[in-house]
This record gives sequence, structure tokens and C-alpha cells, in this order.
Amino acid sequence: MIAAIAIGLAAGVVAGLLGVGGGVLFVPGLVLLLGLDQHQAEATSLLAIIPVAIVGTYNQDRYGNVRRADALLLGMLSLAGAGAGVALANALSGELLRDGFAILMMLVAFQLVRRALRASRPMSDAPRHPDS
Amino acid sequence: MVADSSIDRPLKLMVIGTLAGLFSGLFGVGGGTVIVPLLILWLAYDERSATGTSLAAIIFIAGFGAAAQGLYHNVHVLDAVLIGVPAIGGVLAGTWLQQRLPTRTISLLFAVVLVASAVELLLR
Repeated sequence: MIAAIAIGLAAGVVAGLLGVGGGVLFVPGLVLLLGLDQHQAEATSLLAIIPVAIVGTYNQDRYGNVRRADALLLGMLSLAGAGAGVALANALSGELLRDGFAILMMLVAFQLVRRALRASRPMSDAPRHPDS
Repeated sequence: MVADSSIDRPLKLMVIGTLAGLFSGLFGVGGGTVIVPLLILWLAYDERSATGTSLAAIIFIAGFGAAAQGLYHNVHVLDAVLIGVPAIGGVLAGTWLQQRLPTRTISLLFAVVLVASAVELLLR
């Protein structure tokens, strides 16, 4: 139970700090630390993402960053894709799915490194909030 | 070609939603990796609106995905609550820290952690 809370807290901090999605951290945490199999970890991650996304949306909406009509349409129109994605995941073996996920993590790592190196160009340290 | 005709836009949103749903359902992640760049590229969103709108859409996407996974009896509800609720506090703390820590160095360190975890998963 404490391990689960620790995963949530740690993943949340990293997500907020580095702008990485929570699911990319929930899934390996659930597999490596809580011993869930890949399918269970992915399923549980999806449910765990919801409260985080709700609070994130609330915060972003206060800054006027949520285009509600588009978000609603986007969400509703994802139904078929989400169902198909879940069906596909369950049709694949846990090993294959886990290897695919590991590759996804490496891509996220690559993207992080690229973003960090780009942000390190001289004189470009200051503006995190390009208000103009 | 008309940039944003009335049919064009819902069609693009449908394609983005479908791709994001597939990605999210397959990997158990939110799908922001797919949504944000496509909103910017296809619908001329700025990065912040793309992020905010993506988060809102993810509520539905993750909801549909979790419901579908429920049909396969894969969801551990208690674990999801124990992870998801503290994660809210974590995100708020992380966002606060963002202004106060050298995020570049942390990004690089964390990339190493990600790759190490990925290798551990591959070797399982």
C-alpha cells in the first residue's frame, strides 16, 4: 500500500516537474515495484490517470488553456480507438506488450534529453513562460 | 485548399481522437504524446492550449480505456486509487518545483532512470 502511494507521489512530482505523462511512470512502477503483470499495470494506470487529468484540466482551464468544445469532441471521438487499443493490448502477449512499452519509455527518454539539450542553448534559460 | 473548412475540423479531431485512443488503450498511458503535437500541427494550436485541451480529452480517453480494461478484469481499483490520488499532490509539488530547480539536469538524470527501467523491463 505504501509502495503504491510512493509510486503515485513520485510519478506525480516527475510529471509536474518535467512534463512527462503520468502513465509512462505508473506502468513501470506497477510492474517493477508492485509486481502486476503488464496488462494489469496498463489497465490500472488508465484508471489512475483520471483523477490527475481532472485536476490538471481544472488548473489549465483557469488559465483559459482548455478549448472545451474540441476537448469534448476529441474525447468522445476517441471511444472506438480506445476500445480497439485495449482489445489489441489484450490480444498481445504480456511479454510483447512489455517490450513495446520499454521501447516507448526509451523514446520518452530520448525526447527528454533532446528537449533538455535544446533548452540549454546559451541565453535561452529565462523564458519558461513565453508571454508575448 | 481551404485551411479549416467546417468538415475538415471534426474529421481531424476524429482522427486525432482515434489515434490517441489506440495509443492510450494499447499502452495504458494518457495519449498526450499523440494529441499535443497533432493539435499543434493540424489545428494550429499553441503549445499551452494543446496541453490543456489534451488533458481534458484524456479524462474521456482514459475513462473509456479503463472501462474497456474492466471488461477484461485487469483493473486493480484499489491500486489505481492509491496511485492516482497521491499523484495529484505530486503533480502540484512538481509544478511548483519547476520554477525552482534546474530542470535540465533533472531531465537528463531522469532520462537515465527511464532507460534503466526500460532495460529492466526488456530483461524480464
